[in-house]
Amino acid sequence: MTATVKYDEVEVGQEIPPVDYRVRRVNLVMYAGASGDFNQIHWNERFAKMVGLPDVIAHGMYTMAQAGRFVTDWAGDPGAVVDFGVRFSSMVVVPDDDEGATITVSGVVEEKLDDGKVVVALTARSGDARVLSKARAVVRLA
Amino acid sequence: MALNRDFVGRSYPSSTPYEVSRVKIREFAAAIGDDNPIYHDREAARAAGHPDVVAPPTFPIVFSLRGGGEALADPDLGLNFAMVVHGEQRFEYLRPVYAGDELVTTATITDIRTAGRNELLTVRSDVTTVSGEPVCTTYNTIVERGGAA
Repeated sequence: MTATVKYDEVEVGQEIPPVDYRVRRVNLVMYAGASGDFNQIHWNERFAKMVGLPDVIAHGMYTMAQAGRFVTDWAGDPGAVVDFGVRFSSMVVVPDDDEGATITVSGVVEEKLDDGKVVVALTARSGDARVLSKARAVVRLA
Repeated sequence: MALNRDFVGRSYPSSTPYEVSRVKIREFAAAIGDDNPIYHDREAARAAGHPDVVAPPTFPIVFSLRGGGEALADPDLGLNFAMVVHGEQRFEYLRPVYAGDELVTTATITDIRTAGRNELLTVRSDVTTVSGEPVCTTYNTIVERGGAA
């Protein structure tokens, strides 16, 4: 299990180009089933509005999973991620239409650590909102 | 309603091991829209140097709160699930989770605090194999909106 990105070829400040991830209601239904998180705010518009939300919102973990996908696709190996943490700073509101919402993830190499590891700072946005903050992944590179 | 601070420090071991299956990993990967063959195909995973299909980094969320879930549902804690959203999440990995792993989790409520109108509760979950090999530690902070109002 080896990352394809080489530690020696990565520099602090290096940017990882943004990727758009689409999220529609069906994705949230699938995620609810796969994760076991059936909180109604993620699939029931009537309930979401009753508890004061603008509409159905994505699971925070769905957004984190997209950020994780961004990192593992960059590094080339899911096993290369040794630490991954985020704060959910804003909700991803998912309307009941064909477009859904878009989560745009980008990254920058923030620090090079010992043992071939780097810290990647991640940014995730949906519409005007920054939906993750303090998002960092530590990745062991080749 | 404020959460019951007496719960800080309480630990909840999972009652039975969680068996990680290839089917569940594939289902989870499909749900997050990730078609990386390492999540779907044993031969692809082996070709990449893994013993079996690998779980995506956020997969431990599937089982890491099993013990803690029981605590969060305890009426004495005073948590209103309808107002809960996810605040923070972190995973520290000692190694990846693989299909075939049998994992046990001990969930500990490490912190309950007030932030503005909200109540925040943090659960640390220590995940090991049934033979005691550490696999990962997860930190989950949930927010009860308006809980401190």
